[in-house]
Amino acid sequence: MREELIISGRMNPMVDPTLNIWHWQIPLYLFLGGVAAGILFFASLYYIMGREKKYPAAIKWAPMITPFLLILGLGALFLDLNHKAFFWQLYLAIRIESPMSWGAWSLLVITPVSVIWSATWLKELLPAWQWKYPFLDELEAFFIKYRLILAWIMLLYAVILGVYTGILLSAFNARPLWNTSILGPLFFASSLSTGAAVIMLMAKSHLERNIFSRIDLMLIGIELFLIVHMFMGFQASTQVQIDAANMFLGGPYTEVFWIFVVFIGLLVPAFLEVLELLGYKIPIVITSTLVLTGGLFLRFIIVYAGQASRYLY
Amino acid sequence: MRFAMAIDTRKCVGCSDCVVACQTENNVPIGYCRDWIVEINDGTYPQLEMEIRSERCNHCTNSPCVRCCPTGASHYDYGGTVLVTPHKCIGCGACIASCPYDARYTHPKGYVDKCTFCIHRVKDGLPPACVAVCPTKCLYFGDTDDPRSEISQVLKKRKYKRLIPEAGTNPNLYFLI
Repeated sequence: MREELIISGRMNPMVDPTLNIWHWQIPLYLFLGGVAAGILFFASLYYIMGREKKYPAAIKWAPMITPFLLILGLGALFLDLNHKAFFWQLYLAIRIESPMSWGAWSLLVITPVSVIWSATWLKELLPAWQWKYPFLDELEAFFIKYRLILAWIMLLYAVILGVYTGILLSAFNARPLWNTSILGPLFFASSLSTGAAVIMLMAKSHLERNIFSRIDLMLIGIELFLIVHMFMGFQASTQVQIDAANMFLGGPYTEVFWIFVVFIGLLVPAFLEVLELLGYKIPIVITSTLVLTGGLFLRFIIVYAGQASRYLY
Repeated sequence: MRFAMAIDTRKCVGCSDCVVACQTENNVPIGYCRDWIVEINDGTYPQLEMEIRSERCNHCTNSPCVRCCPTGASHYDYGGTVLVTPHKCIGCGACIASCPYDARYTHPKGYVDKCTFCIHRVKDGLPPACVAVCPTKCLYFGDTDDPRSEISQVLKKRKYKRLIPEAGTNPNLYFLI
């Protein structure tokens, strides 16, 4: 029998006995940022494709909530910092190798862009809306003129925001569960899926709801494929990654992952969406809520389980 | 110059003197430690084997903590040591999550803290506190780039292992076996 003990006593808070440095703030941010990235991705993509009339919820209505999602997410990130008074140091350095540096700079671009994008549609959506100062009218006219350029910037940064949350975790090779390149695409697919769920919820026309229901169905399929692929990769990898996969295949995270993420968050909404496409009346609130719940659970479980997975030496 | 440490697992008795010396020298807050002792018991009675290791930050040549740091607070310093600049650290925890040795912790003041190889002593020509107090003289500290240094000599003579080099960190703690 082999037994490893730290006999001098090491109980560094938030590190021992297992790593617990990131709490609810990080997964909540990953979820909110993901939803915002998904919405902004569809908004800019369909605007560039010229579907302004066809998909008003995706292009005009849903982006209205993204500034709030992003600011809430940034607030959560700020709460996570332990040396809060020095947060501005993030913006004194560009560290190419650090995904967190990439994320900080991307958020600095996409948050104002999401505010500007929403502001340019305000008058159209709320006819009674008046800007208080005349220079805001001029600004609005300027941004409406260059809306296409704004859409391209937004598309690029929505992709970066959606992908980087996964890359952020996969860059930590000390935590075998996170250390898989599947995590980037998986989180991106999940963020697009949750974004589509919000758009479905806000869509007024049957056509738009139907299209986003189809998109969501396809994304759920991709997510299921990536999850299976991730576990196959782990099982064919080193011992530490086999151990990481086993946390979900019989270990402590088995029930919560397969029930809340895969069953409630992916399989049930996919089934409901298929039923809807076949012509049954399914309340969209149920489908959307399930997709969003699944996305939230996915972030929480991956962040917590990843901290419990480690190298043993 | 490449500072490294060799720990003779055949001489270490696990007395924890290095741990206490470090806490005293570096004003490590109560309840925290920058170095620690691991004891591995292997086999079944009467075929038993024991290994004792004094462990700390590996001051990796390819440090995941330096790579992950978004502000450059974690950096390579004098002699290849990996240090943290407190006033640049935002306490995001990325380096703590990235360290396969769990050698880092958040200081109660908010920034991340860890073993410095007592670089303030080394610059004055003194050995690190843990090395200085070790009663069995099982710790060797020095420059592995210098073939005449004590640590280079001992690494030439003895067999050694490093901890999880498969994590790609290229660690600089050598455990003599």
